[in-house]
Amino acid sequence: MSTATANHGQDPAGGVTRRDMLFIATGAVGAVGIGTVAWPLLSQMSPDASTLALSSTEIDISKIEVGQIVTVKWRGNPVFVRHRTPKEIKEAEDTPLADLKDPQTDAQRVQKPEWLVVIGICTHLGCVPLGHDGPYDGWRCPCHGSVYDVSGRIRSGPAPLNLAVPTYSFLTDTKVKIG
Amino acid sequence: MSGASTYVPKNPVLRWFESRLPIVGLVHSSFVVFPNPRNLNYFWTFGGILAFMLVCQIVTGVVLAMHYTPEATLAFASVEHIMRDVNYGWMLRYIHANGASMFFIAVYIHIARGMYYGSYKAPREVLWILGLIIFLLMMATAFMGYVLPWGQMSFWGAKVITSLFSAIPVVGDSITIWLWGGYSVGNATLNRFFSLHYLMPFMIAGVVGLHIWALHVPGSNNPVGVEVKSKKDTLPFHPYFTVKDGLALSCFMVFFAYFVFFIPNYLGHSDNYIEANPLVTPAHIVPEWYFLPYYAMLRAVPSKLGGVCALFGSILLLAFMPWLDTSRIRSSNFRPVYRVFLFIFFADVICLGYVGSQEPIGLFIPASEILTAWYFIHLLIITPALGFFETPRQLPASITEAVLGPRAVGGSGAFAAARTAASPSVDG
Ligand code: HEM
Ligand code: FES
Repeated sequence: MSTATANHGQDPAGGVTRRDMLFIATGAVGAVGIGTVAWPLLSQMSPDASTLALSSTEIDISKIEVGQIVTVKWRGNPVFVRHRTPKEIKEAEDTPLADLKDPQTDAQRVQKPEWLVVIGICTHLGCVPLGHDGPYDGWRCPCHGSVYDVSGRIRSGPAPLNLAVPTYSFLTDTKVKIG
Repeated sequence: MSGASTYVPKNPVLRWFESRLPIVGLVHSSFVVFPNPRNLNYFWTFGGILAFMLVCQIVTGVVLAMHYTPEATLAFASVEHIMRDVNYGWMLRYIHANGASMFFIAVYIHIARGMYYGSYKAPREVLWILGLIIFLLMMATAFMGYVLPWGQMSFWGAKVITSLFSAIPVVGDSITIWLWGGYSVGNATLNRFFSLHYLMPFMIAGVVGLHIWALHVPGSNNPVGVEVKSKKDTLPFHPYFTVKDGLALSCFMVFFAYFVFFIPNYLGHSDNYIEANPLVTPAHIVPEWYFLPYYAMLRAVPSKLGGVCALFGSILLLAFMPWLDTSRIRSSNFRPVYRVFLFIFFADVICLGYVGSQEPIGLFIPASEILTAWYFIHLLIITPALGFFETPRQLPASITEAVLGPRAVGGSGAFAAARTAASPSVDG
């Protein structure tokens, strides 16, 4: 340590002094203090209790015609409910997994083959894809051209993943609860 | 800052004050007697124009905030209220909106000036990096400001840009939800963007202070890129550069006023006069014009993470210019080959901007890929290589010689010596 002639509380033998002790103790309290206020300051930006409370939506699917896609709002985002035609179901089921960027069978993505429920947010950068569009007649995103098939799986373009499937359940044959 | 202050107030009250807080002396030494190279051209007036634009945005912004409501169901209407009901509200809003564009026009010219005249080279590296930090802060501020009117372009622009963070592996989705304060862009997002949009210009002002501090240590570079060697090479800031900056600023203001009063929506997008709808994306979303080159790069790379890396990498690389450029000659006027490549680079960025404004179909896709590749090839390969292969032209011995010709300074032993000293770097 210091070689100063005046001994300001330093132990000449180089051992631990009172000042070293105070220095470490102050530093430790400072570090813990910064940590404990940093967390609330960051955490306040996360979704708040009122946002978390709005986390489920119920929909009546009896009015959705075969071939129709209905968009409902869930947690601020669109959810597509697609009543698929037998031809669409067959196409979705017959797609070889090798053709897929994010391989998933159709069965892994639906609870009942006629009903596809997916979050309508392009997995690229969050635009809402347009239904009955693109080479697979599934969806096409207007922003940067990602193409999804009738199972909502990514087929081409910059998006890395399939359209996400939200948690949902059939309350009755005509009622679906999302969330 | 460098250059000892010669300021001695005559008034006893001012003298009393100066001995306690020497702030008038600081201004005097920085903006009155500060020696600037005598050969600065009009490209050197954009720093002052930028400082003016920052003040302009802060003044109009603070006034707009008196009438604006940062709440998702009210924001759009409050902007219309400013346009229709508030006295001169239309004018203040148009000044603020077009002011952002003018700010970017000026900063792009200012950066291009720095690249052309090699102003980033030693000893101005820190100055250059501080400039880029200002540029990043400006982009963040402009982006958040554009979200505030809560139109369709505001909303979807915000959605796409914040979703860039979801490309980060593993934690990306959590970060985006944290940024949004919800599961999508919504009221929480609008509210925090308003808060930050108000804060960031003051952070910019702070960094501008550092930028000017760092400028005043070596002083300004100049069109020939030869350092100031004697007092003869310089002129005092006032009146020579105050009048030059003032004239340029006046011309710039005429240009600015033409936009504000005759074509106020020319640079905007009509979809932003439709209120935000989270369920419908507009058919063709484009960012503001000043982000178009980056937007084109984002789309050019056919992978989500890759596109985001290209976007941020393109700006980050500029921070390495002082080390990527291996030539010791500053000014491109004396670098015949680099000069041509630099103009190609500027054209490349402008073309990227055009491609970014178009729908990503047909020939625009390969075009955006080639232009993006060239951007990186220029910075990573051509710029370092040319420093070794190019034979620069003969530099003048001094700024004064460049201005008045060799005869005006001939006969002086000091200048002859300076010329010999300069020649090794000229031959490479
Ligand atoms: C709000 C934004 C900015 C303001 C207000 C500002 C202000 C200024 C001022 C007043 C000067 C001195 C006058 C001049 O040489 O033009 C200057 C010089 C300079 N600025 Fe900026 N600047 C800004 C942004 C930037 C950016 C984004 C960069 C580059 C990345 C940059 C790089 C430089 C360099 C390298 C110089 C020294 C130029 C030279 O001496 O040749 N500045 N700036
Ligand atoms: S957001 Fe859908 S392709 Fe980019």
